[in-house]
Amino acid sequence: MFRNVAELVEKAQSQGISIAEVMIQQEMEFAELSREAVVARMERNLDVMEQAVDKGLAGVQSLSGLTGGDAVLMQQYIAKGKTLSGPFILDAVSKAVATNEVNAAMGMICATPTAGSAGVVPGTLFAVRETLKPTREQMVHFLFTAGAFGFVIANNASVSGAAGGCQAEVGSATGMAAAALVELSGGTPEQSAHGMAIALKNLLGLVCDPVAGLVEVPCVKRNAMGAAVAMVAADMSLAGIKSRIPADEVIEAMYRIGQGMPSALRETARGGLAATPTGKKLAEQIFGEKQ
Amino acid sequence: MKYNSVFDIIGPIMVGPSSSHTAGAAIIGRLARSVFGREPKRADIHLYGSFAETYRGHATDVAIVGGLLDFDTNDERIPNSLQLAKEAGLVVEFHKEEAVPEHPNTTKIRLEDERGSLEVIGISIGGGKVEITELNGFKLRLNGMYPAILVLHDDRYGVISGVTNILTQHRVNIGHMEVSRKEKGQMALMVIEVDQNLEDAILDEIRKLDHVTQVTRMSP
Repeated sequence: MFRNVAELVEKAQSQGISIAEVMIQQEMEFAELSREAVVARMERNLDVMEQAVDKGLAGVQSLSGLTGGDAVLMQQYIAKGKTLSGPFILDAVSKAVATNEVNAAMGMICATPTAGSAGVVPGTLFAVRETLKPTREQMVHFLFTAGAFGFVIANNASVSGAAGGCQAEVGSATGMAAAALVELSGGTPEQSAHGMAIALKNLLGLVCDPVAGLVEVPCVKRNAMGAAVAMVAADMSLAGIKSRIPADEVIEAMYRIGQGMPSALRETARGGLAATPTGKKLAEQIFGEKQ
Repeated sequence: MKYNSVFDIIGPIMVGPSSSHTAGAAIIGRLARSVFGREPKRADIHLYGSFAETYRGHATDVAIVGGLLDFDTNDERIPNSLQLAKEAGLVVEFHKEEAVPEHPNTTKIRLEDERGSLEVIGISIGGGKVEITELNGFKLRLNGMYPAILVLHDDRYGVISGVTNILTQHRVNIGHMEVSRKEKGQMALMVIEVDQNLEDAILDEIRKLDHVTQVTRMSP
């Protein structure tokens, strides 16, 4: 069983296989299941992700009314043909938002690695589906690669906002997505690790401060930015740019930062954006009492 | 290692909005229900830490009750569970606690009906992964990923080998096992994680052993 990114990359390199393949083999061994069974289970996750993106792009609204409809707005904007950051990144943004809007509306999603950060990985995957034209098998492998890096982060740091802030949720998801994007684009396992490191580095310190304790504001838009960061970080790594701090040390830094984060900024809705005048007013409107 | 499977990371498939505060909460509720062995008539749900601060926004309350009704994390009835509990005759009371727990996402669930009661403490550690840390005052560590049998017994010599002998005869492999007691010589709780769901006949055999008070099963 690989314990860190260095071991994961080493396993892939020494055996001449992909990160996805390392993860599939480990899962077969751990769960004592056939390859078909392991792959089939991931295919079900992929199906749920696709349905959530489609549902969000058709337009949803949360019960609180705080979120919904932004994925649609972004698609309309892209369709006009004149954007600043280009249609590919914005398509990923729109699909990440779509997923989290469905989540906020208590719809069905696949936690990746958590529900609050469920948009980043599928957002980027279904965006590059349009450009890289992956097979269904490659799409499933994308999720195994993302899962392999998430596995390391979860075991060496945390994927819980209550324990480590948003860096542990959207930060982890962004690192996972960047690594998987690199592998899907033909990068090496080492480049995947650099992509993950570059992505996670840029979300270190991000706090978890949900307005009214709802997984809506700012969660949905943080997934949007996570998707954008993942695409750029993957491109940087594919260009040959390396992270000076190795991936494992970035994960260790994320863990320590989370430990030092005050509880008001770890999913208690007592600090950050939740504690702004507008944040408090929204909470009051939704729950009809002072927070 | 806290996480063993890639599906702890990519998954679970669930009703939103939070893997720790909704899906994890539902799983804890369902595990409590599984140990209780039947639908309770009354549930007192105590919420601590982040669970206490944000349970309404995350539908933690709704999710735990969904679990008590035996709903899985991807059951679309979860959003309506409070109403469904009422219709099923399950009385639920929530208690928002001030005490600072060891883990930020902690709940204590007390279930009861005319036949008995059960108190479970569970934590939700992220991404839908949970641990049961206390059962009727006995400290333990159960993640609910494997079938388990729980044996309440007198703290005497020979009880453990009595139970494991029965499992040996039925060729049941033990994956993990722990024994916990509150006081020497009083009651003890044996928790045995096994690889497959056990038939009722095996549980009945264990029930007949001397010094065994209660045998229950927990299914993932």
